[in-house]
Amino acid sequence: MGNVSVILRKQFKDTFKNKTVLIQFILFPVMTLIMENMIKLEGMPEHFFAKLFSVMYVGMAPLTCVASIISEEKEKNTLRVLIMSNVKPSEYLLGVGSYTWLLCMIGSFVIGASAKFTGTQLMTYEFIMGVGVLISILLGAAIGMYANNQMMSTSLVMPAMMLLAFAPMLSMFNEKIGKFAQILYTEQMSRLFLAMSLSEAEAKGVVCVLVNILVFTIFFMIAFREKGLE
Amino acid sequence: MITCQAIHKTFHGTTVLENIDLHVEEGKIFGLLGPSGAGKTTLIKIITGQLPKDSGDVSILGKSVEDLTGRDRNQIGIMMDQFGIYDRFSCMDNLKIFAQIYGIPTDKVRKALIDVGLEQAIRTPAGKLSKGMRNRLSLARVFIQEPRIIFLDEPTSGLDPATSRAIHKLIMDKKREGCTIFLTTHNMDEASRLCDHVALLHEGKIVEYGVPLELSRKYDHQKKILLHLADGEDETLDYSETSAGRIRMLMENRMLETIHSSEPNLETVFLELTGKKLED
Ligand SMILES: Nc1ncnc2c1ncn2[C@@H]1O[C@H](COP(=O)(O)OP(=O)(O)OP(=O)(O)O)[C@@H](O)[C@H]1O
Ligand SMILES: [Mg+2]
Repeated sequence: MGNVSVILRKQFKDTFKNKTVLIQFILFPVMTLIMENMIKLEGMPEHFFAKLFSVMYVGMAPLTCVASIISEEKEKNTLRVLIMSNVKPSEYLLGVGSYTWLLCMIGSFVIGASAKFTGTQLMTYEFIMGVGVLISILLGAAIGMYANNQMMSTSLVMPAMMLLAFAPMLSMFNEKIGKFAQILYTEQMSRLFLAMSLSEAEAKGVVCVLVNILVFTIFFMIAFREKGLE
Repeated sequence: MITCQAIHKTFHGTTVLENIDLHVEEGKIFGLLGPSGAGKTTLIKIITGQLPKDSGDVSILGKSVEDLTGRDRNQIGIMMDQFGIYDRFSCMDNLKIFAQIYGIPTDKVRKALIDVGLEQAIRTPAGKLSKGMRNRLSLARVFIQEPRIIFLDEPTSGLDPATSRAIHKLIMDKKREGCTIFLTTHNMDEASRLCDHVALLHEGKIVEYGVPLELSRKYDHQKKILLHLADGEDETLDYSETSAGRIRMLMENRMLETIHSSEPNLETVFLELTGKKLED
């Protein structure tokens, strides 16, 4: 457990030095803060920007961050040195994963606060975000383990990110895309945000999210088995 | 301390290490010498368990590498030719990460940095350090761990002579403290100065093994004379009538600057064994 906290502390220390990661964490929360407060159009759905950006945040930030942290450490050989110093791969992944989760949750609190969610609404919102960020972290870690360097990681993250972040937005305008996108956890999140109540969630949607968790866990396990942190 | 028996390693069908046997005694400095591509890094990786071997046995600290426990691993310090340094972190913060992993108090970190001569750079981001300073930081990382065995893959490659000497001194200090050191280099001079024993690795095979001075003596049969000419050229001659004539001619024409007897060193031993020069 000690090593997990060493990794965690190392990541927190790196937050303000690592600009690529930092920008991912703050971009959407800051944009929400601005848009929710500045733009009020007649007939626009309530909390439109908060909900839209939340989904994009989940589809982009954790994915990019985890994948870039892991692949950078591989490329610069710092990961190998950690492993040789008896840090277990599971401890490393847990450290990086929980760091990313915590930061994304801070970001989502900023979004939630900008939208002025309160009480059960806020709790529901944070719960959905927490699950979504977790699934993205699994995928990001799988990509980070699979990629040999940062370049490869970026080119693998890009299509996954486009799909997860943009499909839910496009499905608002196009039914066909919506039909396809409903298998994605980000699209299901976007639907859950509409009612913002878990008790009103469709069974189909919940099953879909569970299947997503399963699929991405398997992805993660395969990457861990096949490539690990080599 | 370290024993290798009949190590074989191939990469995609190409043999990189062939039948490697070697033994490193406790408290000694062992140098693995060889030109680029000889297989030095590969051998270190195999001995330290970073790379699987095809066949053979490695024993370290009296155990097979596969059986090393976490506590055993803590007694082995490794500095590879590609360092594991966090560029965005200061020297201090780099070492603190490892100090925390090993449970070493933070004040030792400061001392380790001063010991390797990085006192001025304690707060400098590692990405801004020169190559020699990075090497020192890597060494400091290995040293805070207080290992019993240290592996150093080309600790001085690409450094100026003064910085190299400073690093040699650090290595000798560790030896004095009782550490066993396994290093690789393609610098023959460094090997003769530092190592108790050397092995010459050429195309994956150990072609010679022994005490540096004894090796040089063993190959002392072809005496040479080294001439330094006025026009800046160097010339090597063997002991013969024609050489005498040549020297006489050069002297009469005032073209001769200096004459040295060229003593065989590890460089010439290597040249004789393999027909190849070790370039830096
Ligand atoms: N992972 C690998 N896959 C395939 N071939 C490899 C791999 N690692 C090393 N080799 C090959 O093995 C040979 C020995 O490489 P190695 O890095 O051990 O040499 P070296 O003696 O350390 O050289 P240098 O002095 O340049 O560091 C080289 O021909 C190299 O191309
Ligand atoms: Mg090498």
